Amino acid sequence: MIRNALLNILHVKRLGLWMVLVGVLVATGVAEPKTLKEGDPFPDLSGFGLEGALPTELKGKVILLDFWASWCGPCKESFPVLEELHKKYAASGLVVLGVNVDDKAKAVEDFLKRRPVSFPIVRDASKRLVSAVDIETMPTSFLIDKQGKIKGVHRGFRGAETKRAYVKEIEELLK
Amino acid sequence: MKKQNFGPLALGILLVVTLTGCSTVKPWERGTLADYTMRADRDPLAVSLSEHVWFSREAHSGGRGVGGGGCGCN
Repeated sequence: MIRNALLNILHVKRLGLWMVLVGVLVATGVAEPKTLKEGDPFPDLSGFGLEGALPTELKGKVILLDFWASWCGPCKESFPVLEELHKKYAASGLVVLGVNVDDKAKAVEDFLKRRPVSFPIVRDASKRLVSAVDIETMPTSFLIDKQGKIKGVHRGFRGAETKRAYVKEIEELLK
Repeated sequence: MKKQNFGPLALGILLVVTLTGCSTVKPWERGTLADYTMRADRDPLAVSLSEHVWFSREAHSGGRGVGGGGCGCN
């Protein structure tokens, strides 16, 4: 009986097998969009219904856009570094922008009370932007050049190592 | 009359029904997983008692998970 069952499986008609395979792949989400990579244009931020005020002048600026959440440990570690970069390079044309992905605005408020920063923060409450960008880990930051193209993607935050990479890339783009 | 063979059809239906139940939790959706209450080591007393039982029964200890919460950050 088991032998018959195995033979049945082996004799599935080719077309049927392909249909099942394609159906399974589509349904399980294998064909999902890929994360944006270097060289891709970053989507226009005004089209995602972000909560909070976006900086008025983004065109022609170098942007360090950081996706973060209050529950993410490395995000907490990254904030002092982002603040430092903002203070050091804002006058030269860098915009540091934090995009929060928390479900509750209260969590963001509490986080920012404990770790106040002077760079702008917006919240992607609907998760439309983060879904479109489809990041692979938290935090993820994108370094965007003056033409709006992605020049660097930083996945995770590894203290001094990530800071060094930020500084090198920012100084290169601000030239 | 040839006997109908429903094996492949049943297999296909089974595959679709079971595999579509899989779900990927996106990195930005892990707030609940990263919550303190999701940590296996949140109660030190319970951990030490549990460790004692394991050591007594299995003659080994340690090797209990990794650091960090469930956010999968970095």
